[in-house]
Amino acid sequence: MISIQNEDFSLGDEYAAIRTRAGDAGAIVTFTGLVREIYGDDNTAAAVQSLTLEHYPGMTEKCLKDIQLKAEDRWPLLATRIIHRVGELYSHDQIVLVATVSAHRHAAFESAEFIMDYLKSEAPFWKKQKSKNESSWIESRDTDKEALDRWQKS
Amino acid sequence: MLNIQYFASIREALNRSEEELELPRDVKSVQALIDYLVSANPHFEAVFIGDGDRKAGKVLVAVNQTIVDRKHLLSQNDEVAFFPPMTGG
Repeated sequence: MISIQNEDFSLGDEYAAIRTRAGDAGAIVTFTGLVREIYGDDNTAAAVQSLTLEHYPGMTEKCLKDIQLKAEDRWPLLATRIIHRVGELYSHDQIVLVATVSAHRHAAFESAEFIMDYLKSEAPFWKKQKSKNESSWIESRDTDKEALDRWQKS
Repeated sequence: MLNIQYFASIREALNRSEEELELPRDVKSVQALIDYLVSANPHFEAVFIGDGDRKAGKVLVAVNQTIVDRKHLLSQNDEVAFFPPMTGG
């Protein structure tokens, strides 16, 4: 199941919901991504006040569905859950949730990481940071692209 | 009609989020569409062409919500989107 939403989510509620869908699961992995404090080039806290998440409605859902199907092809998953928030977020807010359910832990751990790695590089979300005086788009990092290499090699 | 959408830094640099365009007869590919848009709107040049060193230089293209390269051939009624590399998660 995939959700793109402005509202916050409850890890407890999501865990309970996926557990009831899990059937004969032996492992549930949940990953929660949070908004970090953002530092300026001089490494001082750049008085960042908020982060605004923009996305491409329609393509976002399609991309996340593709990533979910790729993960299900590769590991024997019993259920998956992806939530990504959009709109204005603040430091320490929850931004993304990925949960994977499998009979065994390796499949659950690996598939959760796989989904996050692909989500970061392929799903059409963009972050803009806003401070008191200015706002700027966050640039993509080569390390996020490189994270995909290991999934393509093996 | 072609539907063209612009997102994030590209949307802001061009100061538009969406437009409809009758696909000109000689515009067959994504690259030809970019050339056409730049010739019709000279201020698009800095976004689409620029120089390779420019930090925000990379523009990705999706047609019907799938990423394509600039050789991709267009059809009437395609949904085309231009945006910078993604930064979600």
